[in-house]
Amino acid sequence: MQTKPASPTRTDPWYIRGTLIVLTFGIIGLLVVIPIVKVFGEAFRDGIGAYWTNLTGDPETRHSIFLTLMVAPVAVALNTVFGIAAAWCIARFRFPGRTILITLIDLPFSVSPVVAGLMFVLLFGSRTPVGAWLMAHGYQVIFAPPGLVLATAFVTFPFVARELIPIMEAVGTEEEVAARSLGAGGWAMFWRVTLPNVKWGLLYGMILCNARAMGEYGAIYVVSGRIGGVTSTMPIHVQKLFESGNKDAAAYALASLLTLLAILTLFIKVMIERKLRQDQAEAAKPMEAP
Amino acid sequence: MSSTNRRVLPGFSLSLGYTMLYLSLLVLIPLAVCFLKAADLSFGEFWTAVWNPRAVAAYKLTFFASLTAAAINVVLGLIVAWTLVRYEFPGRHILDSLVDIPFALPTAVAGIVYAKLYMDEGPLGQFLVPLGIKGAHSVFGIVLVLVFTGFPFVVRTVQPVLEDLDKEVEEASAVLGGNRWQTFYRVIMPVLIPPALTGFTLAFARAIGEYGSVVFISGNKAFETEIAPMLIANRLEENAYAEAAAVAVVLLVFSFALLVVINLLERWSKRHAN
Repeated sequence: MQTKPASPTRTDPWYIRGTLIVLTFGIIGLLVVIPIVKVFGEAFRDGIGAYWTNLTGDPETRHSIFLTLMVAPVAVALNTVFGIAAAWCIARFRFPGRTILITLIDLPFSVSPVVAGLMFVLLFGSRTPVGAWLMAHGYQVIFAPPGLVLATAFVTFPFVARELIPIMEAVGTEEEVAARSLGAGGWAMFWRVTLPNVKWGLLYGMILCNARAMGEYGAIYVVSGRIGGVTSTMPIHVQKLFESGNKDAAAYALASLLTLLAILTLFIKVMIERKLRQDQAEAAKPMEAP
Repeated sequence: MSSTNRRVLPGFSLSLGYTMLYLSLLVLIPLAVCFLKAADLSFGEFWTAVWNPRAVAAYKLTFFASLTAAAINVVLGLIVAWTLVRYEFPGRHILDSLVDIPFALPTAVAGIVYAKLYMDEGPLGQFLVPLGIKGAHSVFGIVLVLVFTGFPFVVRTVQPVLEDLDKEVEEASAVLGGNRWQTFYRVIMPVLIPPALTGFTLAFARAIGEYGSVVFISGNKAFETEIAPMLIANRLEENAYAEAAAVAVVLLVFSFALLVVINLLERWSKRHAN
């Protein structure tokens, strides 16, 4: 934890302190708390029973929940395997082009989600050569779940690699080299030494990746065609319910589920951060002697 | 180090090979296809697609709304970061976790709820009407949701720097006769400028590409409240694929330039911190 401001030179006068604290409550209250309260307030306006019916009564709503719970984990799994591979070669080896590779991994964060969706439509849409060929062989990518997975995986591409690279670098190679010299094979070393050492960082990246994957709207909007019961994910379906005019209560109910997932994500994130800080403190202890 | 590592640690070619393959399939090839599609157009067609009055209006709105939102985020972010690091008060930890909500909350949910809150009859929008401000379906609304989506950036870049700020430096300034304001102005401010600027650029870059939150509150009117990503989506719905790709190329080039700026800024901040 951080040091407390003990010395008088670091303490601000009470009126500045008071003003800034009130302002902080005001800023976070207005920007974050009021919208969240609004979602839950509207969702539960007619009671728990109505809320439950709103969530489970409509087959399209049920399908959107199911679809999001299918698409997001696949995208997270793809990016996790990639993240581990990328972190291993970047944190453990020096090779020409390494810096460029790091920059390229960050690239998807600076691409607008709409552009991301557009790219996959241009590559796999029914009018493109690749898309037409796949269609002829019975595979539809755009306006179908595979397109949703691709767009989601693109938008969340950097999360796991980004969290894992610095953590793997910080852990160092000593234990891995030791395992190797004791005769451990490559995979044995990976499962027994490397992975346990970075597990919290990996989980952290996966949680953030999952939150973004479940909530993605812009890229999905473009590749999905928003076909109810087929390609409408939860965020898309929330929008459709709102736009249908008389289903605000159902829309808020589904939105509250997404909001709950976001809050849960932050909760897990805080827990992992605490765990990571503990690990760091333990690792630093023997070296703090002087 | 590299040569010993490669002899002792396994998996270099496997991991690098897989990384390059996945990166190419998911990122590089689709990006290249987007540029190629835009190249389908002749130069004249490309120029009319990216530089007509509607597109220029969209670029201008995207640029200025993002810039305004990022600037507001710097002010809000500095206040919140300072308060969370320097003061002890009940609710501090909860506020600290709430800062990340805009990263975790789906942008579409945020956009819809903001639109409901700030429309003319909405619980917050009704207070803006007497002031002559339209909360939703307006540029005000666009800036508002962009402030929301970019809010965590400045807080999270400034916070660690503020935590690491050497207590002795501030005390030395006080001992040497500097008053509180001088200490802040001469000692603290210069340290906070690089992270604040990094946060500003990150928020700005995020805002440029933002779609999900903006589309609901903006009203999506060409020439008035149509931002660049919306223009791309609208062109796609008209089945004008090459034109959509052309506008996307403009947006991509601008975003890549920003990515370079962000990298330079982060390098500069790091050097500054040492």
